[in-house]
Amino acid sequence: MAAGTQGSLNLTNEQPDRHIYHMDEDKHEIALSTKNLEVYYGDHLALQDADLSFERFKITSLIGASGSGKSTFLRSLNRMNDDVATVKGNIMYRGLDINSQDIDVYEMRKHIGMVFQRPNPFAKSISDNITFALKQHGEHDKAKLAEIVETSLKQAALWDEVKDDLKKSALSLSGGQQQRLVIARAIAMQPDILLLDEPASALDPISSAKIEDTLMELKKRFTIIIVTHNMQQASRVSDYTAFFHTGQVLEYDLTRKIFTRPKVQMTIDYVNGNFG
Amino acid sequence: MLNPKQSDKLASIILYTIAGLVILILAALVGYILVQGVPHLSWHFLTSSSSAFTAGGGIGVQLFNSFYLLIITMLISFPIALGAGVYLHEYANQKSRLIQLIRTAIEILSSLPSVVVGLFGFLLFVVQFKLGFSILSGAIALTFFNLPLLTRSVEESLRSIPDLQREAGAALGLSRWETVGHIILPAAVPSIVTGVVLSAGRVFGEAAALIYTAGQSAPALDFGDWNPFNTASPLNIMRPAETLAVHIWKVNSEGIMPDAAAVSAGASAVLIIAVLLFNFFARFLSNVLYKRLTATK
Repeated sequence: MAAGTQGSLNLTNEQPDRHIYHMDEDKHEIALSTKNLEVYYGDHLALQDADLSFERFKITSLIGASGSGKSTFLRSLNRMNDDVATVKGNIMYRGLDINSQDIDVYEMRKHIGMVFQRPNPFAKSISDNITFALKQHGEHDKAKLAEIVETSLKQAALWDEVKDDLKKSALSLSGGQQQRLVIARAIAMQPDILLLDEPASALDPISSAKIEDTLMELKKRFTIIIVTHNMQQASRVSDYTAFFHTGQVLEYDLTRKIFTRPKVQMTIDYVNGNFG
Repeated sequence: MLNPKQSDKLASIILYTIAGLVILILAALVGYILVQGVPHLSWHFLTSSSSAFTAGGGIGVQLFNSFYLLIITMLISFPIALGAGVYLHEYANQKSRLIQLIRTAIEILSSLPSVVVGLFGFLLFVVQFKLGFSILSGAIALTFFNLPLLTRSVEESLRSIPDLQREAGAALGLSRWETVGHIILPAAVPSIVTGVVLSAGRVFGEAAALIYTAGQSAPALDFGDWNPFNTASPLNIMRPAETLAVHIWKVNSEGIMPDAAAVSAGASAVLIIAVLLFNFFARFLSNVLYKRLTATK
């Protein structure tokens, strides 16, 4: 396989099979990177040699058809796949390989938060949803907790809608509000990195647009990696895009390049809606 | 041949008839017992102690015994069932051989005839461990009988909580114990409580497992004496305690009091009413708890 490297001279009309953008560590601040990541479900190889770097305070989209391995990849990043899959390779975060056995996954997940496809607020009040994990982690200062509730709800663009009902059950919110509450809950932990697994796919277009606005706002403070099936969403919100196909990253580049001049034929077909 | 519309109609009629039949049988049974028994109910009947030879005996002691035995049984069996249920559903590796073995053991335990459990309890606790005919022996026997059902009900309650909730906890850096203890269990409380109350109804009506463990005699109790170590104290768990269900069986099989039929009918009505109340109460409590958990605090 001719692994496409950036800047390699392409004298033929043949397109490369793969094209992976390699981030220059001197020019970009890298928040997270993977090296030779492989994921097995039992004997089945679901993802192979994924080498990606994620730039700090940028949004990276992971796109690809169902079963392409993008969600598997995302869930491996904060070890949510530990119970169901075998993950090999390195995930480098602040100079540490967080895929190694001696990592405290609970501590690590405070730094790498996650939001899921379907809103999953706890059956608690709106403010308790946000404060619960903080309290468990040892924060008991009421004034500080109230402040965190307010700032995280504001950052998630939910504050104005719920500020008078903070004691109300989170389950009484609409799906779109629940999803923004879940985002608020995740950012209340002050993570470095936020992983989002199709956060808007279960929502109506208006709620979905609000989530997108929220993401644009959040990228000032967090590094965001988002799995999405929505091409418009990927092209609107993200700075980088990785295209997954049958368990491999076929192309990784700046989003505008992926959506205007992709180098790999499969990517061209996918973003144009010819398959997937 | 019937056309689809006709066959659909025919099927509906048959299914409605079957469902109606089930309700009819239940209504007839409950109705008969109530009609026979309720006229014999009086405050005196519910509160006075039974008499072996003369008419006019009540079921007060048996009624108390039934409730007390139920409470002791629950105190023993619920913590075990809760622990087992949480372990089986939240912690255990579902594919491991050991877990399959435990599940099979629970299945078998739940299908043991209660009279066999009773005789086993008699040999082991009453005779071997010298606990005698006592509330404690009865409660342990009932625990054997109750544990599989309760464990499964706890497990089912936990299963009804979506995995998304567990992932939410994990993604916030919460340990499994924190997630289970503070998120999963509270969310499962309404359904766990329903399971407990329903199993309480079953335990309340159980007779066969108690005949040889809690005994068939109901010594008079001194309701002014609440020292659990005194023999006449209602709280003493080492005293023999005939329950309502056992009393019904005894009165019918060897009762020689002149009003045996009336006592039996009255006691049956009380038993049925209590079990029905357990069922309604379970439903009510689960609704209340669900609302409280999901609505404004």
